[in-house]
Amino acid sequence: MLSYILRRLLQAIPLLLILSLLLFTLVNLAPGGPLAGLSRTRRASTEKTEQLKQQFGLDKPLPLQYLIWLAGNDWMRVDLDGDGVKESYGTRRGILRGDFGFSYRTRQPVIEEIRHRVGNTMYLVSITLLVVALIAIPVGVLSAIKQYSTFDILATTLSFVGQAIPEFWLGLILIFIFYAWLENPLTGQPLLPVGGMYTVGAPFSLLDRTSHLVLPVIMGMVGWVAWYSRFLRSSMLDVIHQDYIRTARAKGLREWAVMFRHALKNALIPLVTLFALDFPYIFAGSLYVELIFAWPGMGRLYYDSAVRRDYPVMLALLIIGAGLILICNLLADIAYAALDPRVRYD
Amino acid sequence: MQTIEAINPQRSPKEAPGKKAGVGLTAIVWRRFRRHPGAIAGAIVLSIIVLSCTLAFLSPYDPYRSDITSRLEPPSLAHPFGTDQLGRDLLTRCLYGGRISLLVGALVVLVTLIIGVPVGALAGYLGGWVDDVLMRIIDAALSLPVLLILILLSAILREVELPAFERNNVVLIALVIGALSWMTVARLVRALFLTLREQEYVTAARALGASSLLIMSSEILPNSFGPIIVESTLEIGWAILEESGLSFLGFGIQPPTPSWGNLLNGAQEHIITHPWLAIFPGVMIFLTIISVNYIGDGLRDALDPYKVLKQIAEV
Repeated sequence: MLSYILRRLLQAIPLLLILSLLLFTLVNLAPGGPLAGLSRTRRASTEKTEQLKQQFGLDKPLPLQYLIWLAGNDWMRVDLDGDGVKESYGTRRGILRGDFGFSYRTRQPVIEEIRHRVGNTMYLVSITLLVVALIAIPVGVLSAIKQYSTFDILATTLSFVGQAIPEFWLGLILIFIFYAWLENPLTGQPLLPVGGMYTVGAPFSLLDRTSHLVLPVIMGMVGWVAWYSRFLRSSMLDVIHQDYIRTARAKGLREWAVMFRHALKNALIPLVTLFALDFPYIFAGSLYVELIFAWPGMGRLYYDSAVRRDYPVMLALLIIGAGLILICNLLADIAYAALDPRVRYD
Repeated sequence: MQTIEAINPQRSPKEAPGKKAGVGLTAIVWRRFRRHPGAIAGAIVLSIIVLSCTLAFLSPYDPYRSDITSRLEPPSLAHPFGTDQLGRDLLTRCLYGGRISLLVGALVVLVTLIIGVPVGALAGYLGGWVDDVLMRIIDAALSLPVLLILILLSAILREVELPAFERNNVVLIALVIGALSWMTVARLVRALFLTLREQEYVTAARALGASSLLIMSSEILPNSFGPIIVESTLEIGWAILEESGLSFLGFGIQPPTPSWGNLLNGAQEHIITHPWLAIFPGVMIFLTIISVNYIGDGLRDALDPYKVLKQIAEV
């Protein structure tokens, strides 16, 4: 098992390298070059552009730029003051050592930008996932136990609906219903807030935090609840007809014990694998939520960077995203083997 | 044995006896499809949407010409969906937008089939190092953060001036989405070919001297049509959702050309005061996707009564 994990991790390295090379080349060959976002908004003179290019190291040949981006330039001498003499060591450490350069937009280190946002996205995603689990698991189990009952038909229909609702549209509709239409009967204010993580300037209060969470969580959760409840239903139905469930019943166990201790446990195995595979997409999907509800997370950071074509930030988030997917794929395989003793990797 | 019967219901012993001789595959599939109420409803709704989008030119309003005298009017008899911030009839724009969105959906599926079917067929049929290499490529492509790359590519591509496409290149956007979503089809086709190449009729064809190309194209491929059709149907819905999302973010189809996604983008700032601008384009997307999903579900039941799709997917 350990050697399998090691082998997979080693295989991921060339993949990430190729991806980084492709993305880097793509960004640098883009029309207007990597500084397009900057020069267009600031209407910089050619002289200024040249200066910026030098400042960001864009005057060097492309392969060298890639090398510096990847491995940094603190191990080679560079020309800092522009007099043609390479007199000192560079300061870039390269993405391999966690230095993703500077944002063109804010002039801050990219890694700092990300560090400020990552917690906010994790906070939103983890609460969304908690709610997804709390709804999807009971619904899926009940649908399977009471197959073809009114509840099951209703749940299945709703899961079709939930999977067809475009997330971003749902967000707009939620804003209309809970912000523009319904109002708080006590204060006459909108029922729920729609921007940010808390009321700016107000003292910390749990109620304020929670009310800011409600709409983003609903928006982020609907599609996934639909998807997982449907998946768990069919997984439960597979399990219910197995021999060991009949054995459990024959032993005289109570029905709920059979369902929750024996059936659900086994039905969740494929769900865990699926969840590990889905996780990066749940993360990426929060981009829409963060955009609509002005949530200061990584998705919004990516969107803002894309609008301004802030390539260092985009590249960093892309590489991190690909790494996350690779890790989650590996975790899915490990979970699969760990939870099902019949599966062995050599 | 069960696999072949299931994938090709025509040869299924359960269907064959008792039925009139000469009942074709299409008739059998249609009879099963008809029994699925969701699928029938979906087919009807989707037909209405496609038909009205095709006939959008019958509308008395111009989707592009603004009319300052009738800005932001709520839904009325003259304007069933209301009008937008430039006084254009929203229904007309939704229908013209539907043309674009549906076209992108269809083109994406075409691209995924053009790439995915040959890749999957070669990997599944030839096996060995070809399979290894192609699977490695598929795995690599699957590890891309699709949404982020779509945004990056669109951000770059909307600056590119290509003589053949000019701006607002529907084809280009479909190509980009398609190039990032052929992997599911490739994996499905690979699994199908892997299973089907062991069938007797393939051995028989080989014994008769048929070339690999002939076996793949005229023996195995026709027998894989069922699952491929189901997958493609579901893919249309996914592609439309992806395009709308991209256009909603402002990176897909650019206004003034309408698409369901960018109509929603334009509605964002008016959501509090003029909600119909957001409601109607979204309802169009929703109805299309749910119809397509129900049709896909019905087709799956009709083409695959033994649910072997699921078993094959695990190969």
